Amino acid sequence: MTTPVIDARDLCIDYQLGKTWVNAVNGVSLTIGANETHGLVGESGSGKSTLALALMRYLAANARIESGEVRFNGDNLLAKTDDDMRQIWGKQMSLVPQDPLASLNPSYSIGEQIAEITRLHEGLSRRDAAQRAVEMLARVRIADPAAVARQYPHQLSGGMQQRVTIAMALSTQPRLLVLDEPTTALDVTTEAVILDLFRDLIRDNRAAALYVSHNLGVIAQMCDRVTVLYAGEVMESGPVDDIYLRPVHPYTISLLASIPRPLPGIETRLPTIPGVAPSLAERPRACVFSPRCPVALPLCFTEKPPLEEIAPGRLVKCHRWQEIAGGELQVETSPERKSDKTASVGTRYIVSLQNGESASYVLDARDLSKHYGTQSLFGRLTGAPSKIVQAVDDVSVRVRTRSTLGLVGESGSGKTTLARCIVGLETADAGEILLLDVALPHALRDRARGFLRELQMVFQNPNDTLNPYQTVEQALTRTIHRLSTEPMTRQQLQARVLDLLAAVRLTPDYAGRYPAELSGGEKQRVAIARAFAANPALVVADEPTSALDVSVQAVILNLLKDLRAREGASYLVISHDLAAIAYLADWIAVMYLGQLVEEGTVEQVYNPPSHPYTEALLSSIPAPDPRVKRGRIRLDGHVPSPADIPRGCRFHTRCPRKLGAICEQQDPPWQDAGDGHRIRCHIPLDELTALQASVPEQE
Amino acid sequence: MTDTPLTAPRPRSSPLHTAGTILRRLAARPLALLGTLIVALFLLLALIGPAIAPYDFDAIIRGAARQPPSVEHPFGTDRLGRDVFSRVLWGAREIIGIPGLATTLAVFLGTCLGLFIGYIGGWVDELISRALDSLLAIPALLLALVMLGTIGPSPLGIVIVIVLLYVPIVTRVIRSATLNVRASGYIEAARLRGESAAYILFREILPSVLPALAVEAALRFSYAIFLTASLGFLGLGVQPPSPDWGRMVNEARDGYARTPWALWFPAGAIAALVIGVNLMADGLRRVFRYEG
Repeated sequence: MTTPVIDARDLCIDYQLGKTWVNAVNGVSLTIGANETHGLVGESGSGKSTLALALMRYLAANARIESGEVRFNGDNLLAKTDDDMRQIWGKQMSLVPQDPLASLNPSYSIGEQIAEITRLHEGLSRRDAAQRAVEMLARVRIADPAAVARQYPHQLSGGMQQRVTIAMALSTQPRLLVLDEPTTALDVTTEAVILDLFRDLIRDNRAAALYVSHNLGVIAQMCDRVTVLYAGEVMESGPVDDIYLRPVHPYTISLLASIPRPLPGIETRLPTIPGVAPSLAERPRACVFSPRCPVALPLCFTEKPPLEEIAPGRLVKCHRWQEIAGGELQVETSPERKSDKTASVGTRYIVSLQNGESASYVLDARDLSKHYGTQSLFGRLTGAPSKIVQAVDDVSVRVRTRSTLGLVGESGSGKTTLARCIVGLETADAGEILLLDVALPHALRDRARGFLRELQMVFQNPNDTLNPYQTVEQALTRTIHRLSTEPMTRQQLQARVLDLLAAVRLTPDYAGRYPAELSGGEKQRVAIARAFAANPALVVADEPTSALDVSVQAVILNLLKDLRAREGASYLVISHDLAAIAYLADWIAVMYLGQLVEEGTVEQVYNPPSHPYTEALLSSIPAPDPRVKRGRIRLDGHVPSPADIPRGCRFHTRCPRKLGAICEQQDPPWQDAGDGHRIRCHIPLDELTALQASVPEQE
Repeated sequence: MTDTPLTAPRPRSSPLHTAGTILRRLAARPLALLGTLIVALFLLLALIGPAIAPYDFDAIIRGAARQPPSVEHPFGTDRLGRDVFSRVLWGAREIIGIPGLATTLAVFLGTCLGLFIGYIGGWVDELISRALDSLLAIPALLLALVMLGTIGPSPLGIVIVIVLLYVPIVTRVIRSATLNVRASGYIEAARLRGESAAYILFREILPSVLPALAVEAALRFSYAIFLTASLGFLGLGVQPPSPDWGRMVNEARDGYARTPWALWFPAGAIAALVIGVNLMADGLRRVFRYEG
């Protein structure tokens, strides 16, 4: 057997916190051979980044490898001097980081930064290194490598920056490539292109790659083998097909079940894992997953299970894996039971949806436009011509009572601006907003308190959604006080706060906590409670789960769904995650460059015929199933600047199905595909259906 | 591993420090503690100095001119025979009072203005910011000399000069701290429930800029002391015969060879006070973990 590129045995890594050492990674073994991509999955705090960096012997100053060994090409890495390591880092092992902009030096050109590596490690002359840099940029499929080499990091888009870091990582042909969440910050369309690139380059390089991600879809599509990490320990490890199709560890099973998938069926619920992941200091001594495990035995709370090799290369750490593998034990991942009340409201709402014509609209926004003039005071004084950025251009959306409108699109599509115009955080320039059939003033300050009450918002970033200087109770009380229809006594206010906390499944003792004492998911729950403080008619949620872990995301999505049924509210949900939005929404509107390109029910939009842009978005989603190969539609390039909108169809510059001159010159018409499903495209619908039905799958 | 949990139950303390916790944390740092003690001592002197001073500030002791420090005159006497110790004690009130009043005014005005323009933004912000920038371009001493030369030297004049000089600086600091939180979800949530601008500025934003504010106030105070002393030295501060540390240094300059102590003690007092305030400001910065 050939020597693996990287071979870690029984690694234990500790962090120093104050005067004590806490364990972050416990007894992890990992082997990656040449030409193999190994996926490392885990939620935040599971120790996956720590482990990835430890394999490179590249640890933070307050971390130490307590025990275990790391062999790189058979050599003991931990015995090497720092000087030896400097020869290895960047030459034989490379890292592609999560945030490319933070890892590129803003004051050197792209070409100089790549050239520096080969000059240092291969002793190339300045001229040769510069030439190699341009070659590397061409290898990562940058269209005009010589021009990009002369540019500086801030001049490139996120996707292009990530290509540059890949070019840097590969320029010395490393034996080990560590990819630490390299596409997490990118749009789904860009991510798809970058993932294709990774796959090809890793194969060409015959390197060993470690791919760290919390995105189970990306791992399924990228990796040969997978290790599932929880609370610093390996739960399960093995070939990707085994892990995804025949998982035997309760954690893996629950995690896979909690991913939203674009499936038909409206009132389903996502299975969730109860409880929260333990912090470093609070990890259980026996089985780390036991407190949250649906099938834990008394034994699991007293004795740590051994990591057993159940088949060659297949590891599991569970007392009950044999029962699960043998089919004697089913890990219950079905959704928690709903109360009868909720169910009945849910059913009624489906009925009202089906009688489409009679359903009334909570929100009817017509022909909304918003543009920004990017002109400074100086420019205005000197009368320089202003540059107009058309963020939202003549968009109409409607939200039915007790339903959810999902707004999707890449960053820069104007979806957030549209939502902010509706709630009033931005003032629309033109158009009409009807809320419950009453015209709403565009400016927030002109809106009466009654309007404010009916229209609330949940924000994207859980870390700044709550004022760090106010307790949960203060935040909720103030909102109830401001928005409630009649004055409330102190007791009534308190009762309402507890009621709201219960609605978002938080215990009463959360009332006295400050935001710093809450996890990301808990903050988002409080934010949702705040939005529901005064029974709003419409709640606008801007990427409510994009900053959260998969299992936490499932909890929040379920919660939003329950509250809609309980409170009778409607949602406008913005997301770039088409799977999450399919779970929540019943009507989808797709936006591109300030305009709608398609709208319809989830089923209509997610099945042919679709607008070519929708098709590309769907095709880019990495499926959390290694058997499903993704569609091959890729959108290269990025969204054109809204200050410089293409003539004709706005999508023609990137459209894979462009017809020709007509797309460049004429605005595409709205075509009716039946039942309210509309597509804005020049291509006749039956032709679109035919084209999209015959898309060959990749590979 | 032991069986004791590594983390205690979560603290239920406000992230906004109370005066008590701030003092306790300052006291945990030796240099900050030293600075705080020095400042406290000088504050005490400003309060009770005149009461404990053995002589009046303008009392001329017959036959006791140019005496070196002794038990009777701890800081010696000047060439007119005035007790330096008493004059330093009397002078503490002015050297702390004038910069203290001026800094308070400047910080108050600068905070209000900074919060306001940082929150509303747009052309108002741009206009006011540029106007303040142009004020910043004027050298401090030049402005002071012109102003005091025109309206005549007086404590009120110094207060006005210091306010004019420091309002732009404080405004800039508070404005940028405001910009950091302006786009936060919690500010937008407040707007969506129809809160007034005043509520948002003082209840939602102000607590988060308080650390910046405290550090800035302490720093401005130390510069203001220095400027007041400099103006006193140039004869533009408190007029004789009232004691002023800066002017005392100037007066003692002539006879330095024969009465060096008359210069040492007021100069040393200025230095000690400025250093003390600076140490405290630095300590506050660390207590708040404020990177400004």
